[in-house]
Amino acid sequence: MKARVFITLKPGVLDPQGKAIHHALEGLGFSGVNDVRAGKLIELDLADNTSDSDIEDMCRKLLANTVIENFRIERSADA
Amino acid sequence: MKTAVIVFPGSNCDRDLAVALKQVTGRAPAMVWHRDTELPDGVDFIGIPGGFSYGDYLRSGAMAARSPIVRAVVDAANRGVPILGVCNGFQVLTEAGLLPGALMRNAGINFVSRPVKLTVENSQTLFSSGYEQGETIRIPVAHHDGNYQADEATLDRLEASGRVVFRYAEEVNGSARRIAGIVNDAGNVLGMMPHPERAIESAHGSTDGRRLFEGLLETVA
Repeated sequence: MKARVFITLKPGVLDPQGKAIHHALEGLGFSGVNDVRAGKLIELDLADNTSDSDIEDMCRKLLANTVIENFRIERSADA
Repeated sequence: MKTAVIVFPGSNCDRDLAVALKQVTGRAPAMVWHRDTELPDGVDFIGIPGGFSYGDYLRSGAMAARSPIVRAVVDAANRGVPILGVCNGFQVLTEAGLLPGALMRNAGINFVSRPVKLTVENSQTLFSSGYEQGETIRIPVAHHDGNYQADEATLDRLEASGRVVFRYAEEVNGSARRIAGIVNDAGNVLGMMPHPERAIESAHGSTDGRRLFEGLLETVA
């Protein structure tokens, strides 16, 4: 079983990396980009009996820093 | 005073911290590897050095905060042993939950490496008794992720209880309220981004860092 964990900065937390990407996009001539926020994607290959709460535990204890980040878990049986 | 310095893969200020401690206390610290599970018996002080532990993988300090030795450091912190985390050490202390808040990428994106002016906001802590209240001191910073952030309620609580020990006297990295160093509620754990161990001898350009260790020696020993 696979799971993907999306880690994003909480709303309102300054994202200098997103800002730099935004500036670079504008520099390339892409107009109409209102904002950019950068995050992380972590792919986990898990034993089939791994529960949702196990994955949430992993997020809270290590994968995300919940002081500044949110996480979202997406499970998929195959792929 | 019996001291210890924790060494992670990627630490790079461990030797500087060891030299500073040896000069001030007259005794070389025990260098404790991240895989160790116990600290030396009767240790009076633990230093967590700067650097890029575990290559800053995931988040600065995140992997180090989950290493075996940090469990022993957390136990020592709860017993009241004085602990100083400098730079990456500060990041490790926040990731380990010993200090509130988080250290994010510098607001200006660039790595900042230069001497900066700090205001001593509280000279009544274990670590700051060598300074005058409100004094301006000069200590180098060298970091990419030094932008201290916490929610407003936490910041208010830190300010109201005198837990902001050092504040930048100039704009450095976008830190909330220009916070450069804080202590925990019990006052025995200090995290700071500036490097006091790099301001020990006159050849360093400033000896203001030395007084932190001298003050500590006086209060602890």
